[in-house]
This record gives sequence, structure tokens and C-alpha cells, in this order.
Amino acid sequence: MIKMRALLAGLFALALTLSTHAAYASQPQHMTIAAAADLRYALDAVISAYHRTHPHDSIEVTYGSSGKLLTQIEQGAPFELFFSADSEYPKQLVAAGGAGSDPVPYALGHIVIWSASVDASKLTVADLAASSFDRIAIANPEHAPYGKRAEQALRAAGVWDAVQSRLVYGDNIAQTAQFIASGNAKVGIIAQSLALGPQMAKKGSYAVIPESLYQPLLQSFVITRRGADNALAHDFAQYVQSAEARSVLSRYGFSLPNPPAEH
Amino acid sequence: MAGLSAEDWTAFALTMRLAATVTVLLLLLGTPLAWWLARGRTAWRRPVSALVTLPLVLPPTVLGFYLLLLLGPHGAVGRLTTALGLGTLPFTFAGLVVASMLYSLPFVVQPLQNAFEAIGQRPFDVAASLGAGPFDRFFSVALPLAWPGFLTAVVLGFAHTIGEFGVVLMIGGNIPGQTRVLSMRIYDHVEAGEYLQAHALSLYLLAFSFAALLAMHLLRPRRLMVHD
Repeated sequence: MIKMRALLAGLFALALTLSTHAAYASQPQHMTIAAAADLRYALDAVISAYHRTHPHDSIEVTYGSSGKLLTQIEQGAPFELFFSADSEYPKQLVAAGGAGSDPVPYALGHIVIWSASVDASKLTVADLAASSFDRIAIANPEHAPYGKRAEQALRAAGVWDAVQSRLVYGDNIAQTAQFIASGNAKVGIIAQSLALGPQMAKKGSYAVIPESLYQPLLQSFVITRRGADNALAHDFAQYVQSAEARSVLSRYGFSLPNPPAEH
Repeated sequence: MAGLSAEDWTAFALTMRLAATVTVLLLLLGTPLAWWLARGRTAWRRPVSALVTLPLVLPPTVLGFYLLLLLGPHGAVGRLTTALGLGTLPFTFAGLVVASMLYSLPFVVQPLQNAFEAIGQRPFDVAASLGAGPFDRFFSVALPLAWPGFLTAVVLGFAHTIGEFGVVLMIGGNIPGQTRVLSMRIYDHVEAGEYLQAHALSLYLLAFSFAALLAMHLLRPRRLMVHD
């Protein structure tokens, strides 16, 4: 019995020390990022690069379609930073009063024709009209910017009517890639950043879709109202614009917008 | 119905078609299965019973994930359907029917099984002593006595198929008129920030589900008097 009490007292003292220690250590160094699904590999790589100099900070990421994430943030989801796959959704968040900063462009995304079943490296968008492509996966244009661009490219190439009945819609661009990777769709249009991801690169091949076929995919991030007083959110936002982070992003096929003159 | 676009209508009609197809097929398949589970004597009864109830506790994503692999071009079932010239099932209406049948199976089989069990042995013994054969006993004793179970099975099977979402998200592909069911449509409306449209569809679904369950409770006899 006495042993038990001593043990409990010891545990209590330990817990007390730990909690006061944590409180003194520093400001809240934790945040959660809401990020467009095209960033699944690229942002993970940026974060692990950031961790090399900030090993104690904890950053969690929730990936999804940009439209879904915006809706969730507007409804009070606990995200400090919002990395969208376009610039429209961050602007909407600012307009709705849900942002803690202006939108900052961080990357220019590209769409590619990707396949895990056939050699896609020579395919053009017009080729997708061929009936051998019985299922073509794109992201849902209603709330996924990469889906919108895929639709634009198919329309611009004049094959929209031919392929429409064969389209299957992923909830976000990562699910779209998974439809193709599992072979359930023979081909599809996904983000180049996913095609270059470590898990995807060895599974399939891709052809870049000419930028003339779709509206440029300038991707912006914004600090949310909730993240406005989170030091880590601001520090990471700065880091994403650094040369180091930009070189990681370019490895995943992103072009880089001019760095902001002053911020 | 007011407030619904043509696309919403398509989703509505598709959902009803799916639920009706699944309910009919499950009744045909579930009735003998429930009969066997209620009255069978083999040791297989319990493992099969557990298997049938599995979809009650499994996350729909687990079911969806395995179906996607199994029915896909590299899966065992997918290779079979391809060899038969049927193509692969994910992203098709037929695929949703198969998935929904698995997903709604316990909702049809359980009420039937309970109803068959509640009848007890006596009515069958009496019928047998009057010279009724096994089929006659089933159709003129079991079915009339178990009808509240059938009612529950139909309502729950239908309503549960309408409410399906996770499995559809995994293997549906969100194709208008094929796999874009009401629950997907509502999800898309919400994600696109179109709350008004989401409200319209959600309210219809809510009203429908309530009405279906209310009808079931009103039609059911107050107390099952099947033993005497």
C-alpha cells in the first residue's frame, strides 16, 4: 500500500514537472495545415526539410480537395494554414473574414496525363478520345482545382464530348491518382506533383499537358484567422517562400512564382 | 419536387433505382439464408451468422477498399468478370448494386432471421401433422407469420442503401446517372459551398427516411402473437 502511494506521488510529481516544463519551453509550437491533395508528397518533403532546423515543432497535415478544405475552415475546422491548389479559394476565405493574412502564391501547378496500365509518355489530350480508354479519371471539377483544369484541357482539345461518358470523378486529385494506380481507370489527368511522388513515380508514366490548354494553376496559401497568432504558422509561411523550400517544390514539378517583393 | 436541379433529379432517380434493385435482390437471396440461419442445424450456422453481420461493424471504407481491389482489373473477381466479357465492376451501377448488397445484407437478413426464429417449432409440427410438405409449410405457415419481419427487412434494406456513402465514395467514381447517388451529390454540394442545394436534398432525404420508418412502425402489429 505504501509502495503504491509512493509510486502515485512520484508519478504526480513527474507529471507536474513535465507540464510546467512544457509550459515554460516556448510558445505553442504546434499547428495543423489543411493542404490540397496535389501537395501530398511535395509538402511532406517541405515539412521534413523544415524539421531539420526545427526538430521540436510539430506540424500535422490534412489533405483533401481545396473546396472541401475551404468549407471545413469556414465551419471552424482547427487549421492554422491553408494551402490551396488554386488562388480562388484562399481569396474566398479572405473575403469571408476567415483569414489571418493575404493569400501568398507559392507554386504554379501542372497537369499531366498519367497511366499505370499503358505507356502514357507519348499521349496527348486528344488521344484520350480513343475508345480503348474505357475509363478516364479526373478530379471532381466542382471542388477540386485540378479537376477544373482537366475539364478545361479536355474541352480545349475538343474531346470533352467524346470522353464525357467515360469519365470517373475522384473526390480529390489523390483519389483520382489512386483510381488510376489501382488500374480501375486505365488513364487519367492528375497533378504532376503526384506523378513525381515516390509511391507513384515507379507505378506509371506521364505526359505533361501543354499549358495553353488550361488556365494557369497558380496555387496560394493563406494563414487562417485561427492561425493568426500562431508563431509556427507565420514562421512556416516564411519558410515556404525560402530558396530551400522552393527547390523542394520544383523537384515535384512545380514552377515557382516570383517571390513577393516584401512581405 | 421543388428546389431540385436536373442533376439532382438524376441522382434522386438513380438512388431509388439502386435501393429498389438491392432490396429485391436481397429479399430473394436473404430469405433462404435467413431461413437456414434460423432453422439450420449445422455447425456452420454461427460463423455464417457472424459473417452476415460483419458489415454492421466494419467501416464502409474497409469494405470499399477490398471491393476496389477485388473487383478491379487485377483482383480475382475483376479478372473473372473481365474474362466473362462483363468488364470490371467499380464505377458502374452493377458494381454499386454488388457493394450495396454486401453493405445492406445484415439489415435484411437479421429481421427475417428473427421473425423465422420467433415462429417456433409448434406451427410447423401442426402443419406437418396436417400433411403439409416442406414448401407448403414455408409458404403457408412461415411467410404469413413472418410478414412483420419482411416489412422491417424491406424498409431497413431500402433505407440503408439510400444512406450508403463510404462504399460509394470508394468505388463509385461519382458518375452522373451511374454512381452519383444522393449522398454523393449532397457531399459535392457541401464541398462546393452550395449549401442551399445541399439543404434541399438533405431535407428530402430526412423527410423520406422518417416517413419510411414511421410507416414501418405504424404497420407493424403492436405485439407479435405468433406463438398461439
